[in-house]
This record gives sequence, structure tokens and C-alpha cells, in this order.
Amino acid sequence: MRNFEYLAPTQVKAAAQALSEHEGVTAVLAGGTDLLSLMKQRVANPQRVVGLRGIRELHGIAKQGGGMRIGAMATIQDLLDSKAAGAYTALMQAAKGITSPQIRAMGTVVGDLLQRPRCWYYRNGHGLLAMHEGKSMVPNGENRYHAILGNKGPAYFVSASSFAPALIALGAQVTVADAEGERQMPVKDLFRIPGAEGERENTLKPNEIVIEILVPSVSGWKTATYEVRQRRLLDWPLATASVACRMSGNNVRDARVVMGHVAPIPWRSSEAETALKSKGLSDGNAEAAGKAAVAAATPLSGNKAKVQLAGVAVKRAVMLAGGRSVV
Amino acid sequence: MATKYDWPAVEDRSLIGKRHDRVDGPEKARGDAKYSYDRNLSGMLFARLVTSPVPHGRIIGIDTSRAEKVKGYKGHVNILNPGDEIQWAGKEVLAIAADTEEHARDAAHAVAVNIEKLDHWVKEEDVKKAGEANRVKPAKDDAKGPDLAAAWEGAEVTHEGYYGLGVITHCCLEPHGQVVDWTGDDIKVYASTQAVARIPADLAKGLSRDESIGRVEAGQVEVITPYMGGGFGSKFNIDTWGIACAQLSKKTGKPVKLMLDRNEEVTVAGSRPSDYGNVKVGAKKDGTIVAYESETWSTGGIAGRGSPPLPYIFDNDEKLAQKIRHLNVSTNIGPARAWRAPNHPQAAVLTMCPLEDLAAKLDMDPVEFFKKNADLTARPEVYRYEIDKCAEMIDWKNKWRKRGDSGSGPVKRGLGMSLHTWGGRPHDSTCEVRIEPDGGVSVSMASQDLGVGTYTTLSVVAAETLGLDIPDIRINIGNSKLPISGASGGSTTVGGTTASTRRATVNALEELKGVVAESLGVEAGDLMAKDHKIFAKSDSSKSLSWADACKKLGNRTITGQGKQPDRDGGKLNDSGVGGVQMADVSVDTETGIVTINKIAAVQDVGLVVCLKQSESQVYGALIQGVAWALYEESIYDQTSGKMLNADMEFYKLSGAGDIGELEVHMVQNKYDDRGVIGIGEPPAISPGAAISNAVANAIGVRVPTLPLTPDRILAALADA
Ligand SMILES: Cc1cc2nc3c(=O)[nH]c(=O)nc-3n(C[C@H](O)[C@H](O)[C@H](O)COP(=O)(O)OP(=O)(O)OC[C@H]3O[C@@H](n4cnc5c(N)ncnc54)[C@H](O)[C@@H]3O)c2cc1C
Repeated sequence: MRNFEYLAPTQVKAAAQALSEHEGVTAVLAGGTDLLSLMKQRVANPQRVVGLRGIRELHGIAKQGGGMRIGAMATIQDLLDSKAAGAYTALMQAAKGITSPQIRAMGTVVGDLLQRPRCWYYRNGHGLLAMHEGKSMVPNGENRYHAILGNKGPAYFVSASSFAPALIALGAQVTVADAEGERQMPVKDLFRIPGAEGERENTLKPNEIVIEILVPSVSGWKTATYEVRQRRLLDWPLATASVACRMSGNNVRDARVVMGHVAPIPWRSSEAETALKSKGLSDGNAEAAGKAAVAAATPLSGNKAKVQLAGVAVKRAVMLAGGRSVV
Repeated sequence: MATKYDWPAVEDRSLIGKRHDRVDGPEKARGDAKYSYDRNLSGMLFARLVTSPVPHGRIIGIDTSRAEKVKGYKGHVNILNPGDEIQWAGKEVLAIAADTEEHARDAAHAVAVNIEKLDHWVKEEDVKKAGEANRVKPAKDDAKGPDLAAAWEGAEVTHEGYYGLGVITHCCLEPHGQVVDWTGDDIKVYASTQAVARIPADLAKGLSRDESIGRVEAGQVEVITPYMGGGFGSKFNIDTWGIACAQLSKKTGKPVKLMLDRNEEVTVAGSRPSDYGNVKVGAKKDGTIVAYESETWSTGGIAGRGSPPLPYIFDNDEKLAQKIRHLNVSTNIGPARAWRAPNHPQAAVLTMCPLEDLAAKLDMDPVEFFKKNADLTARPEVYRYEIDKCAEMIDWKNKWRKRGDSGSGPVKRGLGMSLHTWGGRPHDSTCEVRIEPDGGVSVSMASQDLGVGTYTTLSVVAAETLGLDIPDIRINIGNSKLPISGASGGSTTVGGTTASTRRATVNALEELKGVVAESLGVEAGDLMAKDHKIFAKSDSSKSLSWADACKKLGNRTITGQGKQPDRDGGKLNDSGVGGVQMADVSVDTETGIVTINKIAAVQDVGLVVCLKQSESQVYGALIQGVAWALYEESIYDQTSGKMLNADMEFYKLSGAGDIGELEVHMVQNKYDDRGVIGIGEPPAISPGAAISNAVANAIGVRVPTLPLTPDRILAALADA
């Protein structure tokens, strides 16, 4: 890791003022489970690191209005321990998938949303788009974990956050602050597919800080997350799906279906949502939603299996939401 | 004929073969045990490697001018020089030292190595493509046994299939490396090594090539390794980084630490060769195997690698017609090193998997099939016994179903098995045992404990021989100045070190008995040491406590020497063991995810010295086996030539939650008269084949290559 200046402000405003408006010059530090490994690998080389730990208002998870507020410094363990979070099944199931006590204790929920892609070309210093002689190395390279949707190029990595699909399905918002003030946006709008090397996969400006996540009430909703995981030991899921269904009797009135690890952004599937609308959460409808979710998938040379895995994740998430057992 | 060095008869054993806690457990649990990685000497410098990002090329220039200006820089040495060729990404080019680890990293990053790129190749599974890249050479073409054509003619059922497993790495928990402290003429090396006694000569030779240093003698070098964190066959040599570390210590006059980081460890410090190939097997209708034919290929890096021992175990030259062809693929990846039971795990996959497929075709239960063919092995009686025992442990009778006959839900359950063998002959060993006037006993030799139980086995042997308890024995190992003992590789340590220890202890006791005999007025030959006493067998009232007996030495210390081998041997050890493993798995056929329910392992190693440590070796091998059966794989990218998963995030090992229930049975009191035989390698051989066979049994189709990842399982199901 390169030498850097470390600041530990106690106010959001001071933290935002300490950030550069230019990409890569400064970095925000939450739990550091991602940032520090990027810095050690010299993939991220900020000259100044601004730690958020000292800002009291960023800590904690609490009920707020009818919903819940997750402060930017609230950890995954805080979430698992929180009474306020208990009703958000989709979120809790995602949290339980991160099995490492160390990551749970240090990693924050907001940091999870903003973690950089785990693409091994990126982590090996080849850039987010893995360009080599004007071409991405991914489509014909080692792409078993890469995107099957939203992969028309030049980006092929996948969004790695388990919480993002859940929070998008739950209709959550984030509050973002810079030195001038605050703005709110849906979690979904945090993400974008970069179009050129040097562009990020999130829409935050380099001098903005996420200060909280606001999750609305889920009363009347059935929610669930299913992650396809190869190991129980801390591992990345191969595909995930979070669903939230607002029920009207036994039928789905509104559905949100969001997949993780399938595209450079958390991938909302309107096809799967349509497949569920006005129907019950039966196994057959779950299966149909799973099929619809990946109907448009365009796998690369080595990740065909992911199409099936993502479809199964959606199917099983729907089954879980319907209170059924999955296997 | 019995000699005085024989192992005690079973009824006379109070410690051998029993269950003991490992003596170094508490230090390790408390964190008091100092591994090489833990050594931090006063004034010590930190060194880092500069490695090649290029998989194949020629060094044009090395510019250290910027690095030398980095804060804290203390010196550097070249490992390679302009003009030298690089054959794999991650190859060590230079080592650089600084006052802190951070500065050393900064300095390493400031070195500019200019490399002319040459064509590289890192893939071998597609052997046709590798051939087009001019990377393939024939390595073996061999026929044995009865006439092959006639055997195929006579075969009533045949099976042909493609099988394989990729390159994996050792991924030692403690990476390779050392701290070197060179003061005056003395070179102390705290090395993470499997070969304490061998490193001095290795290092001295390497250093003597450096003209600025001049001649270095092995006798100047002291290697200190009381504890080490795993080698699996990859830590026999001082390596370039060890020599560079010593050169830096000489140059700077300071102790220098150079331990590889995870990326380096996984990329260059050892890999296990792959193996892929087409195998054809044939049998009579009654299940008798008559022919085995294979065409395989593999890579072990740029030098390639020879053929695995095929067919494995079922290799009777008189009864089985065999034809083996092997091709060697040369790739620009980190070079192969011995990996726990070199070549056997691959051979097991390439034999046991086609044979289980053949059994399925024959509509035979694999247990019956393998038992029937045990006559084709070197030790039929052992395998038959072990197969039955293992089947009982895994409840084969009740749980096994015919292939594909595993219910209607998405999760299928299956059972599979594999057999293995290993040599494990003892290495050479010299031991010195001292009995002090204060009653203290020490056992000394330049051996090492890789975490496997050497401290404990030597304590057990000495204590058993002297009629003492385990804590009464002080073990001095992990130092090259002690009497020479072999490197720990190939399961040779326990046989070698227990034999030299037994002999040395018997000899020392004999001398003590002489002193006691005189003072008790009995014949030395009538004396026996047991329960902290030395007493006359003919009259147990003639007795001295151990402490009083030793007091009779006055101020003299007894030293007993023992050697392995020794012409006056007795049957203290042997080689050649058999083992059987069976796996019970569940496969989610919608996701391709395999869950291990249980693995049962039966292992013969002659005389078991420490039951718990032997079992632990098997547990470790099974856990490691689950990893390479299901998860573990070095993934190389052809464009960049790099190993993409040189970390522990995507280089996946198994965790406690992934291994299911493990049950181990050590065969005891059956082959004890063979003496002690090594245990390190044998149990590491079968897990991949047994798990692959269980998966095939569960889902009804063979997943040809390991690791059995979800994508491979789904592809096999889709093809079926
Ligand atoms: C081996 C491993 C396995 C893992 N498995 C999983 C998994 O299965 N599923 C999963 O979802 N996650 C997984 N994780 C990821 C883990 O959950 C994240 O690393 C963690 O949540 C990040 O939180 P942090 O507080 O440590 O973030 P940091 O490392 O501190 O920050 C991460 C990024 O977000 C930025 N950032 C953080 N907070 C803010 C803020 N408030 N405002 C603006 N920018 C900010 C940082 O600048 C940085 O770029 C895994 C991680 C590891 C190392």
C-alpha cells in the first residue's frame, strides 16, 4: 500500500470537505474490509483516507417512521443483532450468507453496497474493464464468475453486493451528503454500468458520502433472498436473488425481483416480476419466474451454468417468500 | 530372530498405539510456539521480492535507481540478471531489503524490470491446442502384461471415458521463507522447512556462487525450525528467496526476514501437476478386470512432468493387459513440486473412476467389484479386509443404491469409493538420547515437526522404552546442529525417527541397567524399566525408582546413540501400506452443489505409534481432499499468463462446515509385526476419486474432471 494521509473527522460535513472531487485521490473508509485489500494490492492508491468511524450519527440501526434506518457505519453484525431488522427477511437472509465473523464485525452494510467488483482481472491490476490491446480479456478469458446479463460490453464484471438486490427489492433509499448538503435516491440509482475505463460502477461523486440507508415498512410484503453458495466457509455466492411481493390475498399485487452476481449492476428483472403479477407464490409460478428472469441472458464462453443458477436463485427466492421449502 | 531393538509385544505396550494429546499442542494453542514467520529479531530488516509480471520473456534491464532512494532502503540482490530467461509469471527477479515491511514493499515497487516478452502458453486441458502451440512431447509409451489385443477380444464389457483433474497448489498456511541472521562466521537460519538437516549444505552451495561472498561452508549454517506451518512436499530446498535473504543479511550486517506473501506462495512456491486423459477398461461378465489402456497428458510447468503410476494398484503384470501412453505439456506456470503422495491422487482418479464406471456398466456393486479384483493388487488380503471395514463404517449395505437410482427430488445422494497405496519407507536417522543424573531424559536429532506429531511420537517411543511418561522426555529437534536425520517427505519420518530413537534409548537404558545391576547386585539382563522403576524381573523387591537409579550415575551423563538403518536392526519399520476410503455425498441437481455427508477412511500403517496423531493425519488429508475434489484449482489466464486466483478468496479451500462427518479407522494389532510405516501421504490419495465416484453414483452420470464445481456438474447433467 502507498503512503497516505489519514483523517478521522467527527462531522459529516468535515468528512465531505476532506474529499477530493477528483476520482481516486481520496477514499472513504468504513470497515476497510474491501478498501484496505484494494490498497494493499495497489489497485486503489488514495493519497488521503477519510475514516467515518468517529462520526457518531453514522452508527446504529433503528426504527424510523414505519421503516428502518441503517447508519453508514452500522456493521453486518449490527444488522444481524438488530430487532428493527427482523421483519426484513430478504435482508436478514442476505446477511446470514456472509459467514465470516470477522467480515461481519468490521464490514458495514453501506460498505457492502459500495464494495468494488471482485473481478479477478480488476483485482490483478488489469482495470475494471480488463482491456488488453483494445479488447476486453473477459469474454474469451476466465469468465466463469462474470456477467450473463447487462454484458454487452465493455463491462463484464458482476456487482458483488448481497445487500444491494435485497435493498432494491425492499424499495430502500440512500441519503448521500456532500459538503453542501444532502440528497436522497433509490438504492437502485447508486449503480451504473461503466462505459469506459476510469468510470466507476456507482454513481457517487468522489466527494460524496452515503450517510444512511432508509428501508420502508414491509408490512403487507413477503420477502426473501436465496443465494447459490458452493461452500459454507466464507465465499462469494455464484448467483443470488431477492424478491419482495406485496400480496393481495394469496396473489401478488406488486413484485420486485432483483438478482445479484449476474450483471455489472444489481439486476432487476421486469420479466420475472411480470411472471409473478396477479399470481400466487406456487412452485410452478416460482419456476416460471426463474425461467423468465434469465430468458434474455447472454452467457460468455465459460459461464453458461450461471444462467441456470440465477434462474434457480429466483425460483427458490420466490418459493421462500411463499413460505415453502426449497429442496 | 528377535533382537534387543524389537518393538515391545502388544501386551507390554503402555504408550505405543494409544491415544495421546500432542505434546506441542498447548504451546501452539497459547501462541507461544514460534514459527519462522513469527521471528522478529532486534534490528531485523524486511525483504520483499520483485517478481516478473510476464509469463515468458528475457530480461533486458533491471533499474533499481528509484528503489534505492526509497525511504528505509537498505540493499538489494539480483536473483536473475539481464539476459536471463523467465518461464513463468511470478518468477523471482530480485530481493530488496528495508527497515520496515512497508518500506520494503515501496522499494520493491520502485524497481523497474524491463522484459522482452516471448510467446507463452499456460493451458493444457485442450491438448490439441497445446500441440498446435508446440508444447506437447511424448513422455511414455509402455505395454505390460498379457497380450492387449487378445485381452480386448476377451473382454465382455468395456468402458471408455475421459477423466482429469487440474493443477492445484500447496497453499501452505505458513508461506515459504525464513529469517537469516548472519553474524561474523555464523549464519543462523530460521527457515520454514521440511528438511532442517539438508538446508545448511543447500544454502552454503547457493551462497558460494556469489563471488562477493566467497566460500561458505555448510558447517557455518545453523537451521532453527522448532515449528513449521505446513509444507506438503514443497519445502525441501532453501530456494532463491532463502539464498537472497542470506545475501542481504551478509550485505547489510543485519538479520533479514523474507517470507513470501500469499500471492507469491500460491503462484511460485509449488504446484501439483494436472492429469487428463482417455481411459479404456474391460472386464469379464463376472467382473474380472482384464485390460486397462490410457492416453493421458499433464503439465507440471515448463519442465512438464512424467506419467502417473497407471493403472493404479490394480496393476498385476501377469493377469492384466496394460497399455499406457503419456504426453507432457510444457506450460509457463509455476513449477511443480512434490505434493502429498506425488502422482498418486491423479493416478487414483484415472483408475478408480473408470473402474467404478465399468462396475456400473457391469451392474455390480463397487464393493463386490473391487473386492473381486483385489487379486490384481499387491496386497489382496489387506484391501479385502479394509473394504469390508470401510463399508461397515459408511453403512454401504443400507445406503448404496445403483447408479441413478436415487429418488425423485432435486437432491440426489450417492456413495463412492477408492483404494490407495504408498511406500513410506523410513529415511536415514541418527538419534542421541541422554539420561542425566537428575533423571532427566532428552532425545535429540535434526528432524522437524511439520505439525504432524514428531514431538509426540518420539516422546512416546522414548518413554515406552524407559518405563517413563510422555512429559518426562525432552525432545530436541528442529535444529541442524543436532545428529543428522532425514527430510520429512514421502512419509519417511515416523519410520526413520522412531527406529533411531528406539535404538538410542535401548542403548542408553542398557548402560543405566549396568549401573543399577551393580548397585542392586543382580544381572543387568534381569532388569526391567517400567512405571518409573528399574527392577529385577526375578525378584521385584530388588528395585530402584527411576530418580534413584539415575542418581547412581554420580555426575556422569549417559548418551545412547541410535541409527536408522542399522545392521543389527530387528523389524522396526517397513514400507508399503493400503487404504480404502468411501464417500457419501448429496448433490443438488438444480445448482450442481455437492455436500459431503460423510467420508470413512480405513488405513493400515503397520505399527501405529500414536493413534490420535495418525488419525489426525487422516483427518487432515480428508479435509484437504474435499478441497481438491470440490473447490481447489489454479486458474491461469492465457492472455496475461497469470494465475488469476492467487489468493485465498478464489483459490478455494474447504472449511469446517464443508467437510461433513469424517470417520477414521486405523488398522491396529493386525500388521504390527511389520513395524512402523509412514502415514503422511497414503490418506491424501483417495478422496478425489472416492468423492467423484459418489457424485457419479448420486446423479447417474460421470462428471469427468475435478474439482467437481457446479458448472461442471450442470454440464455433465445437461450432456446426459
Ligand atoms: C472474502 C470475502 C468474502 C465476502 N463475501 C461476501 C458475500 O458473500 N456477500 C457480500 O455481500 N459481501 C461479501 N463480502 C464483502 C463484505 O461484505 C464487504 O467487504 C464489506 O461489507 C464492506 O464494508 P466495509 O465497511 O468494510 O467497507 P470498506 O472497505 O471500508 O469500503 C468499501 C468501499 O465503499 C466505500 N465506502 C464505504 N462506506 C462509504 C460511505 N459511507 N460513503 C461513501 N463511500 C463509502 C469505500 O471508499 C470503499 O470503496 C466479502 C468480503 C470478503 C473479503
